[in-house]
Amino acid sequence: MNDQPIGSGEPVEPNAPDEALADEVRAELRRSLEAEPAEPKKSEIVELRDVWLSFGAHQVLNGITLGVARGETVCILGGSGVGKSTVLRLILRLLLPDQGEVMVEGRDISAVSYVDVLQLRERMGMVFQGSALFDSLNVHDNVAFPLVEHTDMPDDAIFDRVREVLSFVDLVPEDVLSLLPAELSGGMRKRVAIARAIVHEPPILLFDEPTSGLDPITTRTIDELILKLRSELSVCAVVVTHNVRSAARIATETALIKDGQIIFNGSPEEMFACEDPYVRSFLS
Amino acid sequence: MASARRSAARLTRNAFFGIALSVQEYFALVARLLKSCVSRPFYRRDIVQQMDTIGVQSLFIVVLTGLFTGMVLALQSAVEMERFGATIYIGRLVGASTVRELGPVLTALMVTGRAGAGMAAAIGAMKVTEQVDALRTMGVDPVRRLVVPRFLAAIIMLPVLTIVADLVAIFGGLLIAVVKLDLTTELYMRSVYETLAQSGFILKFIPIDLIQGLAKPLAFGAIMAATSCFYGLRTSGGTEGVGRATTQAVVTTSILVLAVDYFLTQILIVMFVQ
Repeated sequence: MNDQPIGSGEPVEPNAPDEALADEVRAELRRSLEAEPAEPKKSEIVELRDVWLSFGAHQVLNGITLGVARGETVCILGGSGVGKSTVLRLILRLLLPDQGEVMVEGRDISAVSYVDVLQLRERMGMVFQGSALFDSLNVHDNVAFPLVEHTDMPDDAIFDRVREVLSFVDLVPEDVLSLLPAELSGGMRKRVAIARAIVHEPPILLFDEPTSGLDPITTRTIDELILKLRSELSVCAVVVTHNVRSAARIATETALIKDGQIIFNGSPEEMFACEDPYVRSFLS
Repeated sequence: MASARRSAARLTRNAFFGIALSVQEYFALVARLLKSCVSRPFYRRDIVQQMDTIGVQSLFIVVLTGLFTGMVLALQSAVEMERFGATIYIGRLVGASTVRELGPVLTALMVTGRAGAGMAAAIGAMKVTEQVDALRTMGVDPVRRLVVPRFLAAIIMLPVLTIVADLVAIFGGLLIAVVKLDLTTELYMRSVYETLAQSGFILKFIPIDLIQGLAKPLAFGAIMAATSCFYGLRTSGGTEGVGRATTQAVVTTSILVLAVDYFLTQILIVMFVQ
């Protein structure tokens, strides 16, 4: 139901040969760069400074340093289990670092009280890998949830806002408002999750594997949506993914994690030009 | 041999620390829960919804439990009492044991099996599908949103369900007394009243036995909700973890209900029985 791609581009073949894929990614990157010239670097809204974290004896992060400014989309890449999602959990203060600082809008979130953390989280929107929509609530109630919790908006205004964001993520409100999450397709669930994340207009958006488990066409739709969020809402976005093609489409900057460290940090173009054997191996 | 002893000692120590940590986490949750109960925001709609889930939807099994418990009590005691020609006292036995003990405990155990398991499973499923994390990321305290409504609903509804179970059990005893033992309704009901009046009254009309019987479900409701939600929030390991958490919640709550029942009875006897 209304699960069509937004963009006019052709869907990418999932099993295209490596060379063809690399050419296509580069071409797409060029188009993206021509269409949206990079903004000058502003002050960083989210910043990780020399962050270390371990779970018991398992060292997950070994001194990660990363910054994201307003209007930037940073894609964190890496293999499975290298600590990509952990970075998001640190930004949300669902985890505390063993060492180092996690700064959000200039505040070290390790040092703020529990109540302040709840308020700080209202400034962020998170899209989970599995969407994490509330099973017992319909689409309207899911999307309206942050507004109901944190604002005094009247029901009519909330209803209008929910319709507005559902339209923004290319869903037809009348078709989906009363549906339960179990009745939605994977792509629709992701879009409802994005609608819920942006409904209260947070300046920071976090995406955990937003395209995992989706077909190439729906993946492209979600990528287009993330680009639209940047161009129209100018949000600061951190996207965790292992999908190189998606990262090339949406990122203004990429960070590749290996063994708990960022081994590459730069624009997607720089990443594709990088000669480091691990980076090359990851991209191929 | 020595290494085996060291290994056993290490395992014992780890198990001890694991239990100590769980107990600490449990009481930390209870402390947060109690603090959240007396501060805004309150989720009234959720409380009413949980009262329906815990109370109204448990009514059927509670009525059945009460009915058959009262009938069995009357039947079993009749066998012994008939020997001494004391069947007229059956109402005393059914009334006292139901109101003081069996009503609260059996209701708590039945509701734990139904609603407590449901709480642990629902919150556990939310935990493993990141819905609990989603609440946190939206600046919502999961304890306040998920645990407090269930806790308040449980401590409101358990006493109500216990009263229903008590009444139905006394009625079950009445059925047996009238149908099988040829006692009159008046004789049976007077016998029930006499046993309740024996312990005395508070405010001249509330039987002390009833107060004892209602203090317990209050505590059992709190234990059931806190324990079930505790295991739900600790769930990990996917759907298998949800099943494990549910089982642990039901077993632990049942044991706690029986253990707390003993200590509460001791306290209430000291307080009320001269």
